[in-house]
Amino acid sequence: MIEWINSIIQGVLTGGLYALFAAGLAIIFGVMRLVNIAHGDLIVLAAFVAMVVIETTGVDPFVSMVAVLPFMFFFGYVLQRGILNYTLGDDLLPPLLVTFGISIVIQNLLLEIFSADSQRLKAGPIEVSSVQLVEGIELGILPLVVFVIAVVLIAGLQIGFSRTRLGRAFRATSDDPSTARLMGINQKHVFGLAMAVSLVLVAIAGIFIGIRTNFDPALGPTRLLFAFEAVIIGGLGSMWGTLAGGVILGVAQNIGAKIDPGWQFLAGHIAFLVILVLRPNGLFPRTRDD
Amino acid sequence: MSLLEIRNLDAFYGDFQALFGFDFDLDAHETVAAIGANGAGKTTLLRAITGMVEATSDVLSYRGDSIQFREAAEIVALGVAMVPEGRRLFPSLSVEENLIIGSYSGRPGSWSLERVYELFPALRNRRSVPGTALSGGEQQMTAIGRALMSNPDLILFDELSLGLAPVVVREIYEVLPVIKAEGTAMVVVEQDINRALEVADRVYCLQEGRLALTGAPGDLTRDRIAAAYFGT
Ligand SMILES: Nc1ncnc2c1ncn2[C@@H]1O[C@H](COP(=O)(O)OP(=O)(O)OP(=O)(O)O)[C@@H](O)[C@H]1O
Ligand SMILES: [Mg+2]
Repeated sequence: MIEWINSIIQGVLTGGLYALFAAGLAIIFGVMRLVNIAHGDLIVLAAFVAMVVIETTGVDPFVSMVAVLPFMFFFGYVLQRGILNYTLGDDLLPPLLVTFGISIVIQNLLLEIFSADSQRLKAGPIEVSSVQLVEGIELGILPLVVFVIAVVLIAGLQIGFSRTRLGRAFRATSDDPSTARLMGINQKHVFGLAMAVSLVLVAIAGIFIGIRTNFDPALGPTRLLFAFEAVIIGGLGSMWGTLAGGVILGVAQNIGAKIDPGWQFLAGHIAFLVILVLRPNGLFPRTRDD
Repeated sequence: MSLLEIRNLDAFYGDFQALFGFDFDLDAHETVAAIGANGAGKTTLLRAITGMVEATSDVLSYRGDSIQFREAAEIVALGVAMVPEGRRLFPSLSVEENLIIGSYSGRPGSWSLERVYELFPALRNRRSVPGTALSGGEQQMTAIGRALMSNPDLILFDELSLGLAPVVVREIYEVLPVIKAEGTAMVVVEQDINRALEVADRVYCLQEGRLALTGAPGDLTRDRIAAAYFGT
């Protein structure tokens, strides 16, 4: 029994990381209806950027965020205004194809520069330290920290969306882009900022993933899949939906792995499909999706 | 002083041409009505002014500056506001947020949330519901308030009375003089010709994308307007 509870708790903690993957994807889709196929590869790219920063400066992965986050923010803004804005229109296919192309380019560039070897961001003792909750349930400090940061970030995003000027601009643009322009909202700039915010989340997720697990240039597509599943499970109505989506996915995967190690990802996909059938718009649908 | 000057405006939806060589003038503080049958090009004219439709012209200037190649957002920041056909409130935003977003470009001026609520007291109690939960009349009030929040020098109203009960229409039209008293110029696109003629200093009558008739309401006979409107 205690082992099952342990699996669930570990799943919840992993879910925080998935929620971070998902939040960035959800913002982009919500604001500009762009399905970013390169999302997972951007996570991996951020991990490699962090690796370079850490190797050249010798700082701790957490400290490397000081450089990596602004870099990814800027990169996202330029990517959006330089390329992706030109693909957006009534047709959903061009952005899909272009981000697919970007995904391939990132994978190949990373492979070329860093080889296919597995990498790891070394964070020191925090990686292995843990607290014992009760007999049989040990919480790793690192997963716990990641989870808490994920929750704080998602709360921050939710507040940002609902209370700030930029958040209102995001929501208005998402609702009705042409009327939003009539409010004086510069759509290209708002899209650029949305991608920039998304890539900051991507950067945080990338660094955490680099500390928690091995990564290599080919890891992107599965991260994209997890992000995608978490978004669909959670729905686009609220940032809390992405957290719920991430947690459900994490728990399903951990329970699956408990039953049989080979079932880890399968169980996640099954949970995703079940929710897709029961609630096609996710657990927290947007009001107008109902 | 001329606020808006348009010469030889052509507007297009892809291959379809919706306006042909249109000329239009508007003085500061003036109220102009644009009338015409369905599909005459009234909405297209407003879209051309706000940079929302593909258009070419010899002159398209606002306060003497060309706005021909300006983005919609820039034109709005110059002081042009639109109350669009069908109100177009943002469903994810509350009534108050719909009003606040009107002030996005940050133009200074005398309009504020408080003054909009004074103008439309019915909105005050409904400030936190989604815009889409309002009645049609309240939605139109919110759309007008949203336009006012940008402290515009020019408001473009598209189909103010469409789909509203007569008593509500009367209520909405009562605020136009208040807005005019602020010195705001207005273009009123309206199916209800009598309403439009009551508030307008001048009238433009459109027919199939062309200017059919223009003048002061007092100078135009009903027959001439009817002829320009229906093309008989
Ligand atoms: N998005 C569009 N794509 C193609 N054609 C359009 C589009 N919008 C309008 N049109 C066409 O342009 C012409 C002018 O339309 P417009 O909407 O300006 O007319 P209107 O005078 O506002 O009519 P209404 O009284 O119905 O609002 C019409 O023939 C219409 O069919
Ligand atoms: Mg119209």
